[in-house]
Amino acid sequence: MSDALRLRGLSFSYPDGHLALDGVDLTVQQGERVALLGPNGAGKTTLALHLNGIHTATSGSVEISGMPVDKGNLAEIRRRVGIVFQDPDDQLFMPTVRDDVAFGPRNLGLGQAEVAQRVDQALTQVRLHDVADRPPHHLSFGQRRRAAVATVLAMDPDILVLDEPSSNLDPAARRELAEVLLSLDVTILMITHDLPYALQLCPRSVVLADHRIQADAPTAQLLADDEQLAKYRLELPFGFSVPTA
Amino acid sequence: MSGGHAHHTLYLPGTSVLHRLPAQVKLVAAVLAVLAIVAAPREQFWAFGVFAVVIVILAVTAGIPLLLIARRLLIELPFIGFALLLPFVASGERTDVLGLHLSTDGLWGAWELLATATLGVSVSILLASTTPLREVLTGLERLRMPTLIVQIMSFMIRYADVVADELRRMRIARESRGFVASNIRHWPVLGRSAGALFVRCFERGERVHLAMLSRGYTGRMPQPEGDGATMTTWGLALSLPVLFAAVSLTAAVLT
Repeated sequence: MSDALRLRGLSFSYPDGHLALDGVDLTVQQGERVALLGPNGAGKTTLALHLNGIHTATSGSVEISGMPVDKGNLAEIRRRVGIVFQDPDDQLFMPTVRDDVAFGPRNLGLGQAEVAQRVDQALTQVRLHDVADRPPHHLSFGQRRRAAVATVLAMDPDILVLDEPSSNLDPAARRELAEVLLSLDVTILMITHDLPYALQLCPRSVVLADHRIQADAPTAQLLADDEQLAKYRLELPFGFSVPTA
Repeated sequence: MSGGHAHHTLYLPGTSVLHRLPAQVKLVAAVLAVLAIVAAPREQFWAFGVFAVVIVILAVTAGIPLLLIARRLLIELPFIGFALLLPFVASGERTDVLGLHLSTDGLWGAWELLATATLGVSVSILLASTTPLREVLTGLERLRMPTLIVQIMSFMIRYADVVADELRRMRIARESRGFVASNIRHWPVLGRSAGALFVRCFERGERVHLAMLSRGYTGRMPQPEGDGATMTTWGLALSLPVLFAAVSLTAAVLT
């Protein structure tokens, strides 16, 4: 198996000097589903924005399927890394869902037939084929979140990065999204506070706290370790517990 | 984040010939038709009658209820108010109507304003009822309107609901803490709300831009798909302004 994602000593400070990441090492293999956990302000979203070159590392390196992220290959990197942002209203800006899903493939310069085929496939994967021609603001929140997933699936990414995919979803929409994500044959890095969701979807979890990776373990094992969780301000919802393996 | 948006739209789905015409063709035809209406001399009442009859025939063809058009015409109410004032305030020769001492020029001005505004707005209602918004945008783009302006319009349409929703939530949050704007001393609070809304919109703009960059946006929107209109469709659509222009011309010659 080859590496879908490899971070080596990734460090980043904001222009105002605020340190966000300090020597992050992380390798994700192709086909893996990994949860990225950590308290608010730990730098999870900042990390995600390094994966497709929106932020540039102050030091260290980022590689996607063996290709280093640098200014020269941003177009290819952004095809390989699909980021689903937290607020679907930020991601869906075209007049209809179909146009929005077609936005990425068209930027890749694909032909009309190929774009149409990718759009159809992506919408089928997230089960939104019947609302393709509706404006995004006529969709329910859960549908919009799935539409946002479709917009990056249409780019045929090597790795899907989801920022808080379960936030603001009602339980049914949360389950529907989980079913969609489990049915995809793609590498996933999922940023979340929703620990049961991480357990359901991701066999492996890493904890980002104090600007670096603090733990990297099978999700079930990590969530069973109360001491470890408490150290990084992570908590299972009331009434939940994961049995020690 | 609530899903309870009002699904207000001017577009009325249908399959009539007016619906099927490409948007850019309809846009050009509508603008020219309005120009022809405005050009008609106001003394020739029959010309305005012809325009009205043709518009009604088009509305019936497109399956748009006349009552709906009448309701949407309410948008011209402020102009009507102004038109009604004209006979009282305009100068020049005076005449007596029902015991009122009115300006003749003002009466003609009021009639002209009323007739051209009503007909002009009816034409744009026909356009809006038979053309989905996004097609209007595509049409503008095909007519070589600068892409940047079309993009700004398209973003405005997309985010109007989102911003209105944000504004509504801010108002509810204010009122839930006992604030009701009732006099001028409350304006600073409203001003700060407007400022907060501006900052939120600005930040959303940045996030949308990030999301666009992440999907390979390089400053140029992908071109709309589909072919341009054929000469036949152009001919069909332009027959409306040509007819109107002919009526105006005849009316001008007769004056």
